[in-house]
Amino acid sequence: MVAAILKIRSSFLPKLGAGFFMLAVVLSGTVLGQAVETEAGIPKSAASKIVDPEIIGEEHAVPTQAPNVPPPIQRKHPAKVIVELEVREVVKKLADGVDYLFWTFGGDVPGSFIRIREGDLVEFRLSNHPQNKMPHNIDLHAVTGPGGGATSSFTAPGHTSQFSFKALNPGLYVYHCATAPVGMHVGNGMYGLILVEPKEGLPPVDHEYYVMQGEFYTPGKFGEEGLQAFDQEKAIDERPSYVVFNGAVGSLVGDNALRAKVGERVRLFVGNGGPNLTSSFHVIGEIFDTVYQEGGTVPTQHNIQTTMIPAGGSAIVEFRTDVPGTFILVDHSLFRAFNKGALGMLKVEGPENLLVYSGKEVDAIYLGKQAPENIAAGKSVAELQAKVAMAIKSDPKIAGLNKEIQMEKGKRVYLQTCFACHQPTGLGLPGVFPPLAKSDYLMADKARSIAGVIKGNTGPLKVNGSDYNGVMPPVLLTDEQIANVLTYVRNSFGNEGDAVTTEEVGKVRAEIAHQ
Amino acid sequence: MFARFTAGAFTGAAAIVLLLAVPVTGAEAPALPGMVIVPAGIYRPLFRGEKDPKEISVPSFALETVPVTNVDFLEFVRARPQWRRSQVKRLFADPGYLQHWTGDLDFGSPENGARPVVFISWFAAKAYAAWKGARLPTTAEWEYVANVGFTSVEGAKDVDFRHAVAKWYGTPAPDVLPQVGAGRANLFGVHDLHGLVWEWTSDFNSTFVTGDARGDTGVDRQLFCAAGSLGNGDPTNYPAFMRFGFRSSLKAAYTVHNLGFRCAKDL
Repeated sequence: MVAAILKIRSSFLPKLGAGFFMLAVVLSGTVLGQAVETEAGIPKSAASKIVDPEIIGEEHAVPTQAPNVPPPIQRKHPAKVIVELEVREVVKKLADGVDYLFWTFGGDVPGSFIRIREGDLVEFRLSNHPQNKMPHNIDLHAVTGPGGGATSSFTAPGHTSQFSFKALNPGLYVYHCATAPVGMHVGNGMYGLILVEPKEGLPPVDHEYYVMQGEFYTPGKFGEEGLQAFDQEKAIDERPSYVVFNGAVGSLVGDNALRAKVGERVRLFVGNGGPNLTSSFHVIGEIFDTVYQEGGTVPTQHNIQTTMIPAGGSAIVEFRTDVPGTFILVDHSLFRAFNKGALGMLKVEGPENLLVYSGKEVDAIYLGKQAPENIAAGKSVAELQAKVAMAIKSDPKIAGLNKEIQMEKGKRVYLQTCFACHQPTGLGLPGVFPPLAKSDYLMADKARSIAGVIKGNTGPLKVNGSDYNGVMPPVLLTDEQIANVLTYVRNSFGNEGDAVTTEEVGKVRAEIAHQ
Repeated sequence: MFARFTAGAFTGAAAIVLLLAVPVTGAEAPALPGMVIVPAGIYRPLFRGEKDPKEISVPSFALETVPVTNVDFLEFVRARPQWRRSQVKRLFADPGYLQHWTGDLDFGSPENGARPVVFISWFAAKAYAAWKGARLPTTAEWEYVANVGFTSVEGAKDVDFRHAVAKWYGTPAPDVLPQVGAGRANLFGVHDLHGLVWEWTSDFNSTFVTGDARGDTGVDRQLFCAAGSLGNGDPTNYPAFMRFGFRSSLKAAYTVHNLGFRCAKDL
């Protein structure tokens, strides 16, 4: 029968050389074997099975969907573990109103969390759903062997592949599809985590969660509605529209937030599928008591604020919750967090601990350090300005500087300094910023207005019959500028008054300084 | 008598005039009904070993304008009972063979008639082509024609074409396949090379074994991870990567829900 197939196969490749012919022999053998074995379901190649004396017993792994993690392994010996994963190409939500055709291990992004023990013999079965378009495979970084299993698990739609590996190295490992173009397969969501628990296990904690970051490249901007496709150009340029935890914007927010109680120990298994970006993983308001950097088995650091997680890498972080509240998980590369979706939540419930964190104790107005300094600086400026003013006054030509020029100059000052509160119209904002237009308060007392500009004006006051109680900070202006701007406001917005001179301002400033 | 075209580098107004002068869509009698004559050209392989040629000359040949339909295939299994669903040898087709049909000689609802036949093994496709007095296209032939755009012989420079090709990979597989011929024809008058089904080629699994640089065990490895971008012509041609990936995941007895074929013929 092999000869028969050889004849068929060699006949369609007349132009290829003897080297290919030799390989065709091998391939044809495979074709023969495969066709027969497929009838029985999973092919069994008995010849390649080697008995591992360490292995005791057989069990099926129970992978979990994020953010859940399978329970710690209780057995104290290696076993044969059968892991079954199904690849599915599914349309799911990427963000509100935004759908995406995800390629997934197990139907979700990230792929199912697999937990095995150091020394286990894993029989891995990868099935490619019959309705999928693409061939897929899996490269588990936990595998020691060519392609991490990729070559042995390459699977057409509607087929199943099987390979076995021994989990030699403990640690938290990324797995991903490695079919060309690999960036696209990963960029469509084909990644997950496999934990190879060390023989001695991990220290017990109250909660274990699974968080995995990944970015998505869509033709539409963040939030643009409809079914979005993979954008090859943006992927090559590394310009994602989305950077998310657990496969979608909001997957760890609100009702989906991670949860713990005060005083509990939390362990996060954090992965980064990429395909391109390195994560600056951070939990706002928590300090990681322990970090197993890059998913290794040694607690490498204590008291860490932000840990780097490379694309195709992981980290284990542990912390104790000390106070209640909502703690935000972010990629501290912040535009990813606030503009591309890289936000999650950990909600901690329980009694306050005011010794650790007080909450807000004081809510007071702060005028800034510059206030007294300004007054001191203003004083020296005022002295100089007074001298200048005297000089000007003694020069009859320059003394011709009239009210109109003052108003033009004052208007510029107003539009740079005053308008933000008092508004370009001088009408202010009712109840918040008092009006200057037709203001009885303003026009009643020139010296008071000058003082208000120099030292600010804080506290209750009544303008045109309305009460105000706000803060006007001191305004950093020269006496001349104050004279000009007050001349402007006293002669604009329906007001009619005389000019304010630089000397008048200087005099008020001097009085303030003496107080 | 035919101008030579390259899918990779084709420039100059004079050459375009030549192209328009070629009787592409039937000025000459086709070799078989339903076929067009594809002018000779050059295909630049996506993958090649160090000793493989950069270019493969593709002589002029005839190619069916649409994939083989269920109606076409029914005719074949009527004439060749050994290829009926209940009688096919497991060696030549896996248990999924023609699973979308309701019986040996029944493809179900009449609308299925004009849909591409799928769940077809390479052996069955090859037998059908032989029965028709034709053959399966080679990968070089298929890819050469598949890289021709709607308005330019260089599909890579045809924006509408590129978008149409990419779109298929970003949309889920439909519950029911469209009928053949619905897709826009390329410049050679060939439909549905993209956006309908994958298609068998005669040498679907030989793409990676022509170079000895990586040794026999490296047959498929080039397709994985970054190794997939070494030694290939255009690392940004993602659809071509996916086609090569798909083909190399197959074995000759495999049948898949969106894998069909079309016939070619020497002139």
